[in-house]
Amino acid sequence: MNDFVTEFGPVWGTALAVGQILAFMVVLLLSLAFLLLMDRKVWAAVQMRKGPNVVGAFGLLQSFADFLKFVLKEIVIPAGADRPLFILAPLITFTLAFIAWAVIPVAPGWVISDINVGILFLFAISSLGVYGIIIGGWASNSKYPFLGALRSAAQMVSYEVSIGFVIVTILLMAGTMNLSEIVMAQGGGFWNWHVLSFDLLPWPVFAITIPMFVIFFISALAETNRPPFDLPEAESELVAGYQVEYSSTPYLLFMIGEYLNIVLMCSLMTVLFLGGWHAPFDVAPFTWIPPVFWFALKVLFLFFMFAMVKALVPRYRYDQLMRLGWKIFLPTSLVAVAVMGAVVVYSNAS
Amino acid sequence: MLQAAAFYILAGTAVISAFMVVAARNPVRAVLFLILTFFSAAGLFVMLGAEFLAMLLVIVYVGAVAVLFLFVVMMLDVDFAALKEGFLSYLPLGGAVALALVGILSLTGISWVVSDTAGAALQTPVPPDMSNAEALGSILYDRYVFFFQLAGLVLLVAMIGAIVLTLRHREGVRRQNIARQVQRRREEGVELVEVKSGEGIG
Repeated sequence: MNDFVTEFGPVWGTALAVGQILAFMVVLLLSLAFLLLMDRKVWAAVQMRKGPNVVGAFGLLQSFADFLKFVLKEIVIPAGADRPLFILAPLITFTLAFIAWAVIPVAPGWVISDINVGILFLFAISSLGVYGIIIGGWASNSKYPFLGALRSAAQMVSYEVSIGFVIVTILLMAGTMNLSEIVMAQGGGFWNWHVLSFDLLPWPVFAITIPMFVIFFISALAETNRPPFDLPEAESELVAGYQVEYSSTPYLLFMIGEYLNIVLMCSLMTVLFLGGWHAPFDVAPFTWIPPVFWFALKVLFLFFMFAMVKALVPRYRYDQLMRLGWKIFLPTSLVAVAVMGAVVVYSNAS
Repeated sequence: MLQAAAFYILAGTAVISAFMVVAARNPVRAVLFLILTFFSAAGLFVMLGAEFLAMLLVIVYVGAVAVLFLFVVMMLDVDFAALKEGFLSYLPLGGAVALALVGILSLTGISWVVSDTAGAALQTPVPPDMSNAEALGSILYDRYVFFFQLAGLVLLVAMIGAIVLTLRHREGVRRQNIARQVQRRREEGVELVEVKSGEGIG
């Protein structure tokens, strides 16, 4: 954004920056519409159903029909609800989900804000995501939403810890917190991606990074309240958890925020582990394809994995969820940070 | 211009929301205002060029500590109306403490002597070839490494203390032993019995 201001002056530069942000948001929302459909289609296919197939060819316009329906319905606010906070909660979720995208590099130079603490910024924003849920659950002034919000808060705080340690492991390897630089360090071929990183250090660090990738994936499921960790909205116990009292547009905002966070986690995994925009081979037919497509392809693959997990895995019990987070992931990732630190120190010394 | 505007907006938000923390009737709203205060403080850090500290403030205080605050305030069934009833009876004591504090602070302010070189030292920016985190790390882990370790030790002791204080063993709680469950074989759980008609299993 600062580049725009220095290049085109304050007025046009700001206008261009705002235009860039708006364009990115529109692209994100459009892709999200089809990703939502993909989620439902994958789920349906696993259960041998057809899924949405009425609106548009193959149901391609289903998300847009849903959108119209959500927007046109009446907003119901419960009489006992804390009105300002009740409205504020979905707005927080929605806004935070978009803000985090500001630092994701989708292609060389295609990033809204290329800041030096990019990954910390992402971590900070994703740790704020819990507020939308907890405020929404509390402001509803109702039992199920409140229980859902409490569950969600405990769950997200627990899994954030292991996500943080996984990120630290990758930071130690990359030696920078700038997401673009992290991606640039992974060029040259799929064996240089951080998940494998054969050439990066003299030791076989993939023995650490592959488990870290798995931990990050599972923690991301828990962090975004996806099945099998969707206890905050476990419909068999809590009806819909913190969303029970929400209807029409506020509900839509919660929904969009939730799915944007899922896609954000997918792209974060792409950036940290799967080489971002880099092609799997650095030779002719692969390099003809623009980098942004490789990025989208990897995100799509991870999103497909998220959808498959939703379709295949039964829901965890709450104590099992906590046990997994605190007693398995936390010690494992902590040891990984220590080992990776030692590897980095000794490979630099020699 | 833009910088000044951003500063005044952030500083104003910080002060107003800090006041609202005390003034808000609803404890949950008070915590939310506290979060807003943290947030504006983080914004001020960014304006000072300390983006690493700003992010840490958001991650640690807003993302973790304040969530736990909120958790506790929501869960605790405290009758705040009853708490506020005796509010005015503490006014003389509170006022005395506040007066004493103002006196001490103003005495310190009057007797404070600022060195001539302090102004230059205050404005020393991070070396241009260094990122924020690097600069902080090279001081923290180099010159102040023992203090850093000591702070960590204090935190560790506090953590162990908190666990010891709240730890209690209840009798008769059946816990799940996942390793044992996984190791269980069919022979241990299932028995095939020939049941004679009319007798049942003794």
